[in-house]
Amino acid sequence: MLGQLILSGIATGSLYALTAIAVVLVFRNTRTINLAQGDFAMVGAFLGIYFLKQLGFSYYTTVLLVVASTTLLGVAVEWLIMRPIAKSDWLTLFTATIGVFYILTGVMGWIWGRDTKAFPVNFDPTPIDLGGALISMGHLYNIGWALAIGVVLYWFFNHTKQGIAMRAVTDDPEIAHLMGIPVKFIVMLTWGVAGFIAGFVGILIAPIIYVSPEMMDEVLVKAYVAAVFGGLYSIRGAVIGALMIGVAENLAGGYLDSSLKTSTAFIMIVVLLAFRPQGLIGVQKRREI
Amino acid sequence: MTLLKINQMEASYGAITALRGISIEVPERSIVTLLGANGAGKSTTLKCISGVVAPRSGSIEWQGKEIAGRSPNWVTRNGIAQVPEGRRIFKDLTVSENLIMGAYTRKNKDEINEDLEQVLELFPLLKERSSQLGGSLSGGEQQMLAIGRGLMARPVLLMLDEPSLGLAPIVISDIFEKLLKLNEERGLALLIVEQNMKLALKVSHYGYVMQLGQVMVEGTAEELREDKKVYESYLGAPEKSP
Repeated sequence: MLGQLILSGIATGSLYALTAIAVVLVFRNTRTINLAQGDFAMVGAFLGIYFLKQLGFSYYTTVLLVVASTTLLGVAVEWLIMRPIAKSDWLTLFTATIGVFYILTGVMGWIWGRDTKAFPVNFDPTPIDLGGALISMGHLYNIGWALAIGVVLYWFFNHTKQGIAMRAVTDDPEIAHLMGIPVKFIVMLTWGVAGFIAGFVGILIAPIIYVSPEMMDEVLVKAYVAAVFGGLYSIRGAVIGALMIGVAENLAGGYLDSSLKTSTAFIMIVVLLAFRPQGLIGVQKRREI
Repeated sequence: MTLLKINQMEASYGAITALRGISIEVPERSIVTLLGANGAGKSTTLKCISGVVAPRSGSIEWQGKEIAGRSPNWVTRNGIAQVPEGRRIFKDLTVSENLIMGAYTRKNKDEINEDLEQVLELFPLLKERSSQLGGSLSGGEQQMLAIGRGLMARPVLLMLDEPSLGLAPIVISDIFEKLLKLNEERGLALLIVEQNMKLALKVSHYGYVMQLGQVMVEGTAEELREDKKVYESYLGAPEKSP
């Protein structure tokens, strides 16, 4: 049972991790605490159902279309809503994302209704027996996808010009501007990457938690808790935090009481903030600068 | 021929006037220095040229073309690169990533790789550390990286803001030796802002002494070395013996 709980914890944790990465990327390039990050994924999940069931597209066509749509959604939110107020203080930016959050929740509920919907899965749901432990294919599937997306992001940020430029803007936007890097375009790209990640998260998480306008609310809060582990700055910190939360809440739910599952993440953040308010991992370097 | 010709340029930050009509020229293949105490307007002058600050009035002619108010992206693409004050390298990027960012505005990959090789040849220390993070370098190495990053734009004019600031004398002379070499061998024009007057006048051909947003004195390096007024405007009092 321990093995199963840990594995399924890593599986959900890896989706928290992807969301947390998007949160960190947007925050460190734009000072924006993006409350709508979860809803980008929610929109992706609804679109996924629409493409699969209504239009009868194949699973992979659906993935492609959903990710393209949420990427554009991220870009559109930056361009239409965030860019005009980009120079405002963080509270204004944050408030604007609350607006986006409610707009997306409302519009999706209006179009597709507020009841929860099941999302068709793309794998055999029978668990496989791995040395006595029953392993759900869904968990392995999600971990596999999350790893693949992680590798793509790693490649993008370390081996492409625009990816490196995005990190340069994080590092010193003023000097990036001086070097001729189009900072506004890079910020738009950052929101695009956040949408790109959300598209995958939406499709991967939908079979686990069902699809509804509010489906991502709890996930988003946990992703934020994870991001705070890395001081809202370190991607490595956010990923480690997310996996810890995923595993810890599963263990708490499995061994103590299932009603404690959600509280676990918050107990962790309260303890973390009490002892290390600057985050747990990877922020020391920034302090030195 | 004149590369850069600034005429009666004024600039201000809100209500504070930083430049009160300065005129400066940088001829081709020359080394020109802007001297002066803190707050004289030297850095603002560079910022106006690089496009970070738009001048309020006056003109900036680059290779015969008016460029005042152009974006840093345009300016970088058209042959002017800057090494900012305090190095300001990207600390969380590796040495080679820093250099690649200097060439952001360029498209030709072969040429960029060629220049990367050249820069690493010019600064062998950077070659050894090419996969290290910029923030892990020493001050002198960071300055070399900042210069290398500027060179990656393949500039005709390289502007340097206080390149000697906070560096050990031996490192300073090493860096200036490299700059002179670039000037002599490749004809790279240099516009150097320096507080270290002796050093600046030793390497440059021509100099402008600024005070409170105006050019007080200008002349060849030799003339300025002999001019008592230079020391006065600089330190507020004549220096006893040069």
